Amino acid sequence: MTVADTHRAIEAVWRIESAKLVAGLARIVRDIGLAEELAQDALVAALEQWPESGVPDNPGAWLMATGKHRAIDRIRRAKLLERKHEELAAQQETAVPDLDAAIEDEDMGDDLLRLMFTACHPVLSPEARVALTLRLVGGLTTDEIARAYLAPEATVAQRIVRAKRTLAEAHVPFEVPTGAERAARLSSVLEVLYLIFNEGYSATSGDDLMRPALCEEALRLGRILAELVPREPEVHGLVALMEIQASRSAARTGPSGEPVTLLDQNRARWDWVLVGRGLAALERAEALGVALGPYALQAAIAACHARARTAEETDWVRMAALYDGLAQLVPSPVVELNRAVALSMAFGPAVGLEVVDALTSEPSLKGYHLLPTVRGDLLVKLGRLDEARIEFERAASMTRNGIVRTVLLERAAACSR
Amino acid sequence: MRFMVMLKATKTTEAGIFPEGSKELFAAMGRYNEEMVKAGVMLAGEGLQPSSKGARVKFSGGKRTVTDGPFAEAKELVAGFWLIQAKSKEEAIEWVKRCPDPMGEDVEAEIEIRQVYEASDFPPEIFPADEAAREQELRDDLQARAAQALR
Repeated sequence: MTVADTHRAIEAVWRIESAKLVAGLARIVRDIGLAEELAQDALVAALEQWPESGVPDNPGAWLMATGKHRAIDRIRRAKLLERKHEELAAQQETAVPDLDAAIEDEDMGDDLLRLMFTACHPVLSPEARVALTLRLVGGLTTDEIARAYLAPEATVAQRIVRAKRTLAEAHVPFEVPTGAERAARLSSVLEVLYLIFNEGYSATSGDDLMRPALCEEALRLGRILAELVPREPEVHGLVALMEIQASRSAARTGPSGEPVTLLDQNRARWDWVLVGRGLAALERAEALGVALGPYALQAAIAACHARARTAEETDWVRMAALYDGLAQLVPSPVVELNRAVALSMAFGPAVGLEVVDALTSEPSLKGYHLLPTVRGDLLVKLGRLDEARIEFERAASMTRNGIVRTVLLERAAACSR
Repeated sequence: MRFMVMLKATKTTEAGIFPEGSKELFAAMGRYNEEMVKAGVMLAGEGLQPSSKGARVKFSGGKRTVTDGPFAEAKELVAGFWLIQAKSKEEAIEWVKRCPDPMGEDVEAEIEIRQVYEASDFPPEIFPADEAAREQELRDDLQARAAQALR
């Protein structure tokens, strides 16, 4: 093995072990910033020693043992300093805690869960939570995070340093919250994962490989979380939603990079492994027997599309009911507009139009070209062409996308014929 | 990136028998799979029945010729596979190295790792787009587009 080979092997080991390593060390030192430094020390030691000695049989245990030794050194040094400074009269040997027992006794999974909850703590800004999660739980380098977010590396590094400091200053305990706090904190974790996923998914340029990597990373972390807390329906809901959305990645852009909408997508190009996993995750959420939350409902909507072999076979009645449920849970004008579309597909344009009309005075949809687009379309279906033309023209004036504008103006013109 | 990880067949797997120690082996495999699931790495995985229960279809000049198994050369056959998501080939290798001896400690076995093609690996012209049809659909279904864009 060349040195370069060994370095790549170490990178791979790091990818697999780093989160567990940081989490395990954080339980000992009760500070995720320090835990990460110790983990990095262990990584440096591996980079120094493994090219000579070869990769050990159990590299994870090697890294953990090395990290623990560094932790003991630090604790000893701190105690020593303390003693010197305070000039303690009694020079008794300070006991170093039984770190081996601390490591073996508790389940590694609990540590990982603590790490996720801590990195996503609400005391941090959403950007800081995302950066810290990618760094500590995902094991991404600062450079990788920076490339993914098209941000300067120094900015991301700063963000991570500040986030760690904020956690330390706020004395955020390294623990999984219980009771009412648990639900709120779990939402924060899910929100962070979905933010990471969407950052990758909404990327329009396919040049930088790091952006799709964000989708994969969010999915991986979601799958890990689902195994850590298998009785949380919204975790399975979010995983299902991400799996199904990711299944459409290849189908949603055409050869020249233009977007292809869901109902126009070639379903043969959907990733059916991911579809299957998404449907299975949704079943796990449903099997827990409680009312579906917002993520699981969105996943159920996505599943409705995924189950239809062709666009024409979409179960719009079910879709409308699911949007109804979503609108009650998380009311928003955008959900309402979606519900209107589903209703019109299920029960006819007049039903949809009634819902859309109620949205026309909605301030948050002002300037949102899809509102007049949908309204125009429903009006065409009802034969009210003059009104439809005005809606399409209005929609065209609202969009900055040239292709969409052309299509809208053509539709407007068609209404006058 | 994704990797197809293939466990090569042996005389034993081809015979479809479960020798002594299979129980322990299956338990160890189960733990290994669970570890990969917990790490969010394993997408799918299955064991394959002996080739005697399979068939081959040969394509030649528009003709299809079916041959029933079994097939010779066990080591060229696949006895099981995993589909895993990894960041690099090295990560895939690291995972495979952690697999328990697939046929038991004293039996030689081999696992082959192959990277799966992703859409972005193909030149765009390989996927011929039915431009005209799509454009028509685009016009027909603006409403449906709204449904998608809002989600």
